[in-house]
Amino acid sequence: MAEIAIRNVEKTYGKTAVLHGITLDIADGEFLVILGPSGCGKSTLLRMIAGLEAITRGEIAIAGRVVNALEPRERGCAMVFQNYALYPHMTVAENIGYALKVAGLPKAERERRVAEIARIVGLEAFLARRPSELSGGQRQRVAMGRAMIREPKVFLFDEPLSNLDAKLRVQMRLEIRRLHQRLQATSVFVTHDQIEAMSLADRIVVMNQGRIEQAGPPRLLYTEPATRFVASFLGAPAMNLLPATIVAKDRARMADGTEIALDPGRFVVEIGQAVEIGIRPEDVLIVWPGSEGAHALEVEFTEDMGSSRLIHTRLGGMGFTVLQAAAQIEAEGTLAINLPEDALHLFDAATGLRLRRTGATVGVLASAAA
Amino acid sequence: MDRRASFDNLWLAGALVAPQILLVVVFFYWPTLQALYWAFSTQPPFGGTNQWVGWQNFQQIFTDAVYWNSVRVSIIFATLSTALSISMALLLALMIDRQLAGHKAYRFVYFWPYAIAAPAVGLAFRFIFAPDAGFVSAINQLAPNLWNPALKGWDAMILIVIANSWKMMAYNFIFFLAALQSIPRGLIEAAAMDGSGVLRRARDIQIPLLAPTLFFLLVINITESFVDSFGIVDITTGGGPARATDLMVFKIYSDGFKGLDYSMAAAQSIVLMLLVIGLTFVQFRYVEKRVHYA
Ligand SMILES: Nc1ncnc2c1ncn2[C@@H]1O[C@H](COP(=O)(O)OP(=O)(O)OP(=O)(O)O)[C@@H](O)[C@H]1O
Ligand SMILES: [Mg+2]
Repeated sequence: MAEIAIRNVEKTYGKTAVLHGITLDIADGEFLVILGPSGCGKSTLLRMIAGLEAITRGEIAIAGRVVNALEPRERGCAMVFQNYALYPHMTVAENIGYALKVAGLPKAERERRVAEIARIVGLEAFLARRPSELSGGQRQRVAMGRAMIREPKVFLFDEPLSNLDAKLRVQMRLEIRRLHQRLQATSVFVTHDQIEAMSLADRIVVMNQGRIEQAGPPRLLYTEPATRFVASFLGAPAMNLLPATIVAKDRARMADGTEIALDPGRFVVEIGQAVEIGIRPEDVLIVWPGSEGAHALEVEFTEDMGSSRLIHTRLGGMGFTVLQAAAQIEAEGTLAINLPEDALHLFDAATGLRLRRTGATVGVLASAAA
Repeated sequence: MDRRASFDNLWLAGALVAPQILLVVVFFYWPTLQALYWAFSTQPPFGGTNQWVGWQNFQQIFTDAVYWNSVRVSIIFATLSTALSISMALLLALMIDRQLAGHKAYRFVYFWPYAIAAPAVGLAFRFIFAPDAGFVSAINQLAPNLWNPALKGWDAMILIVIANSWKMMAYNFIFFLAALQSIPRGLIEAAAMDGSGVLRRARDIQIPLLAPTLFFLLVINITESFVDSFGIVDITTGGGPARATDLMVFKIYSDGFKGLDYSMAAAQSIVLMLLVIGLTFVQFRYVEKRVHYA
């Protein structure tokens, strides 16, 4: 059992605070992805779990034991580094087996385990090579093998795929997922790639500027982002965000007078409140020109993405994108769209917080179905 | 395309390089030619122009037991002081690299000895190790004459080895520190995650990755201890006692300028020069194409 408890953890370098009171519980066997923009403190948090960075304040416990004062080797974590950090003067076999050698295992036992791991990560043919004689993907596998051989309670990954080309990244992503299914070790995976996060995670933690913005299953973060930041960070193409002011219980108005209808049952708002209205490009409905409540938009240009087409337009003076299935009619000139009320997200402009629906939260499934 | 800078005005080009050429010629080629001339000739006992004697001077030094003594002493000196200065420098650099308390100040201070001229180093160590007044005099009070570099050959050798290593250590330290700091932190961290402690990491990761630097420093230190040890010997032991510290470079000086036997001194310097050329060749040959990982 290796659950991780992070309690009010802070990190400061000299006077600059990098992490401000992170509290997070990671369940045993969970695959948790920490997602956030560059410099938000993801690596710092991961390295504090690993024991490579001192914890300024707060507490981290692994499997119920507070590890603040423990050396990395006493924590039972293994880590895969972004640039792999393979030992350049050792062969693949020596790299993978180094932890066992340090632990003082007999040679025969070591060789058996290395061979077994090499088979799992598909490196049997390369055991005698040096890291410099391997491709990026193979190096990545060595790094994985080196982490696996210790049979750690906790796996830590710091952007392990970011140095790989797009195709290999997708492939390695699947292998990591497969590996997790097989080993069931608690895994913490840091990335700034939201697609990677969505596809790997049992649960995603979105971080921004040293704080947790939201933690939850990928689907929930996607359909019910708790903050404007999460809404804009998750999803490609990104969610459209339109600044507006509430003018009536069921109506918001943008700066140029464009009015957007709201379902008064879904949000608690006050007249005069400054908000941002969010809608994902794929939730926008394309309708016949002139239908009721339709907005007529000028098409600026389109991007063909194979299975779909991304139409760039402007709504109320703001850039606005619409995702259209490629099979649909080619949009040209003007485009009539409708903003379905149940697909709208509403955020307070000042705090960036999601304006909650009234009453019970409509379930994840309901939104997903919409 | 010709990427070299080219001068239309050859006179200007010549004028610009002239000072450099002049320096090299006056202080390097000219003395070398002079030494060659003296090495293959000899001055008649009662004056007059030099006579060409071919290899005779070399035959003479190579059959001279005193010369072979100086070779032996030089090799002992080079081995001991290289080993001492490199191991001390490595130890200090490893500790500074760990960023222990006060590492910034130490890092700064450790380089200073290299800035001190060899005779000044010699003078300092002569006082420090003086049997009657220096630090070591305390030992001599307990056990009289346990330490006396003026009488005991090995004591004198230890004295110049320490003085020379102290100076070279500073130089080695900078190279080791630079090399250590160019080892990606991630490697050390990965080893730490693999369960390796401080000493184990130094042995398994850092020192192997320092191998090219180590080799480079070995060659430099051996060369330096052959050619640059004159100042220390001259001030501390004067080659004594009983030629126990009569290094090759010191013997050249004492034969030439004390014994006034220019031909012998010149022949010895040619031998030393060939030795250094040999070492430099080794350095270029192997250090330039040293093992590159990564
Ligand atoms: N040793 C340090 N001294 C001072 N500031 C640091 C140090 N290490 C990191 N920081 C700062 O801490 C913040 C978080 O760094 P961290 O490496 O955790 O970011 P990250 O989220 O992993 O970013 P990336 O995606 O670029 O790797 C950054 O603003 C960085 O400048
Ligand atoms: Mg990072």
